[in-house]
Amino acid sequence: MNKLLLNPAIKPAVFLLCLLPFAWLVYGAFTDGLGANPAEYLIRATGDWTLRFICIVLAVTPLRVMTGLNALARYRRMLGLFTYFYVVVHLLSYSWFDMGFELGEIAKDIAKRNFILVGFAAFVLLTPLAATSFNRAIKAMGVRRWQRLHKLIYAIAGLGLLHFFWMRAGKNNFNEVFVYAGIIGLLLAWRVWNHWRKKNAPTRSAAARVQPSK
Amino acid sequence: LKGAKSSVPGAQAMDKVTDYKDATTYNNFYEFGTDKADPARNAGTLKTRPWTVEVEGLVKKPGKYGIEDLLKLSAQEERIYRLRCVEGWSMVIPWVGYSLAELIKKVEPEGNAKYVEFLTLADPKTMPFVGSRVLDWPYAEGLRMDEAMHPLTLLSFGMYGEVLPNQNGAPVRIVVPWKYGFKSGKSIVKIRFVEKEPGTAWNKAAANEYGFYSNVNPNVDHPRWSQATERRIGDGGGLFAKRTKTQMFNGYEAQVGQLYAGMDLKKLF
Repeated sequence: MNKLLLNPAIKPAVFLLCLLPFAWLVYGAFTDGLGANPAEYLIRATGDWTLRFICIVLAVTPLRVMTGLNALARYRRMLGLFTYFYVVVHLLSYSWFDMGFELGEIAKDIAKRNFILVGFAAFVLLTPLAATSFNRAIKAMGVRRWQRLHKLIYAIAGLGLLHFFWMRAGKNNFNEVFVYAGIIGLLLAWRVWNHWRKKNAPTRSAAARVQPSK
Repeated sequence: LKGAKSSVPGAQAMDKVTDYKDATTYNNFYEFGTDKADPARNAGTLKTRPWTVEVEGLVKKPGKYGIEDLLKLSAQEERIYRLRCVEGWSMVIPWVGYSLAELIKKVEPEGNAKYVEFLTLADPKTMPFVGSRVLDWPYAEGLRMDEAMHPLTLLSFGMYGEVLPNQNGAPVRIVVPWKYGFKSGKSIVKIRFVEKEPGTAWNKAAANEYGFYSNVNPNVDHPRWSQATERRIGDGGGLFAKRTKTQMFNGYEAQVGQLYAGMDLKKLF
């Protein structure tokens, strides 16, 4: 499996797979396939995909550690950038199809409405993460500082969930929100547990480091 | 179900009528699911015959009215109304029915009947989402007596010259064109005349977001979005269609404005 993930053909394949939802939405937009209210469909679908990519990218490390598939780490950056790609399309769809690109109105809307403010804050916080996702930035910042900055993803995930929760609050329609919250909660809880485990078993993890798995 | 062209002022909107397909596949009818496509998918289970509407409360002639009798109670008219959803989209629908006032006059409300309450069927056997926590079932709506008596307030049995599709509120529903769509209760089984303002489904769910009156008002925003503009469904522009300005009382101000004279519509939203 590790070998397969290291195969040079797999990365472009995963890239195309990540692009598929977007391609499908664009196709739908031009073939009248997004239902009676295509703008709403597009805004909601890109929001959904942002949340899904947050879940996917947060799942990389737990999966890697649990399965020992270290090659998974090679995909983390691309998945993170796709998260940013979908949130940008989400924001652009809202700005264009809901607000007609009237910047004054958009600014007022963001300031006035908590659920939009929270979503926008998540987008703003995600921007430096996307901007520092190339190797030279990691070098320039130093790994530790870079890692600390990228811990922001936990706060961003929380803000994204809150944005979705408030959006659904008026209709008391929380089933999907709870599914995403459950997944993200589990992935974050695993990190807490993993951290605690490492702290309490320093000798074992040190021993593990001496004998790298093949 | 055919109706003669209505002569009630305001009942012949000049806007382009929404495609039948959009009007019957993009619906809010939470008894059948919260997604817009759910009602069209799930409402096939609704049994619309036999059907009775119970009239009770402060009236001289309470009783159970069979759907066949209601259909014949007054002449069916076709009325083209704008429909503005609180979510910021709108349609234009040719309804078939008659003024609710015709029924109200027949049942003779008592002098102390100040409000009319409408209850939607809540049958968990045929309505898969009844019992979910989304709303307090049955779906309840209400109007002040003068609103209910207004000639534009429609008791509707059909649309587009046909009987109502199940997902649009068959076999009988209310249509109040100057209020947000959720005020127009669907699949009505009970009409109750009461003295005090009745509790309504969305107001009970989120009082800060949905008021009792819920008149279409571009100057009073929903807490989570602006009500200044709306997206007209299926107006040809598709994704790139510009939103249009929402009109006070959904463009029926000339007909209904006087009902709210002196009221602070920012408080009584």
